[in-house]
Amino acid sequence: MGSDLTFYLFAAVAVAASLLVIAQRNPIYSVLLLIASFGALSGLYVLLEAPFVAAIQIIVYAGAIMVLFLFVVMLLNAPHEETEYDERVHPLLQAAPLRFGAFLAAALMVELVWALTKGGGESGAFPGKAVSGVKEIGQILFTDYAFPFEVTSILILVAMVGAVVLARREPH
Amino acid sequence: MVALNHYLVLSAILFAIGTAGVFVRRNLITILLSIEIMLNAVNLTFVAFGRALGAADGQIIVFFVMTVAAAEAAVGLAIVIALFRHRESLNPDSFTALKW
Repeated sequence: MGSDLTFYLFAAVAVAASLLVIAQRNPIYSVLLLIASFGALSGLYVLLEAPFVAAIQIIVYAGAIMVLFLFVVMLLNAPHEETEYDERVHPLLQAAPLRFGAFLAAALMVELVWALTKGGGESGAFPGKAVSGVKEIGQILFTDYAFPFEVTSILILVAMVGAVVLARREPH
Repeated sequence: MVALNHYLVLSAILFAIGTAGVFVRRNLITILLSIEIMLNAVNLTFVAFGRALGAADGQIIVFFVMTVAAAEAAVGLAIVIALFRHRESLNPDSFTALKW
């Protein structure tokens, strides 16, 4: 029963923080709220008996990726959306198109919820045992998934080189 | 009793919030953040299904998704910095040079 309450608590925090992320005009607040959302998701991973994922969620997502975002927001020093340009000038940014986008997102949510709950029946409680040890995950990662794991290193290398090349100042 | 369906519905809600963010916001950085919300919703689905099936594969896929998300964030933010140098703006509507 206690874990049910914890689920609803973390779920509420995650949804509320994510909603606030897209409601902010200042990206600094968006980034900080997204870190709160990731913290709640990490709690959900603990409830799902996946402590490894919970740990890398905090370390990699909240710790590394979001700090990268924060660096860029502060580096660019252009925190606010230009509201005048936003709401008065551009024809696509009137209330109606924005409402249409929000409507599309709501329709997507209804469809996903419908598709996911349609199965019903047997998708009830989780089985008793879970694979949660880092040892088991590591063994599968380095045997069955060894090739994707190695490809990942190339992906990271490419991203690193690409980021350096893209963000470099042009020599004049 | 919280079961698989609860996690899947939560994941759907988070994914829809991310989609709405991409549509509604007019700031490149917030759009990238919305994409991160969507990736996290999918991660939650993977872990929940992995837990329901009693397999570790869901958690391993999440590991790969996080790697791709890190690479995407690094390259995406580098592109944002390069664009900002050109136009002094983060509004996606000010980058229309490729529009016919």
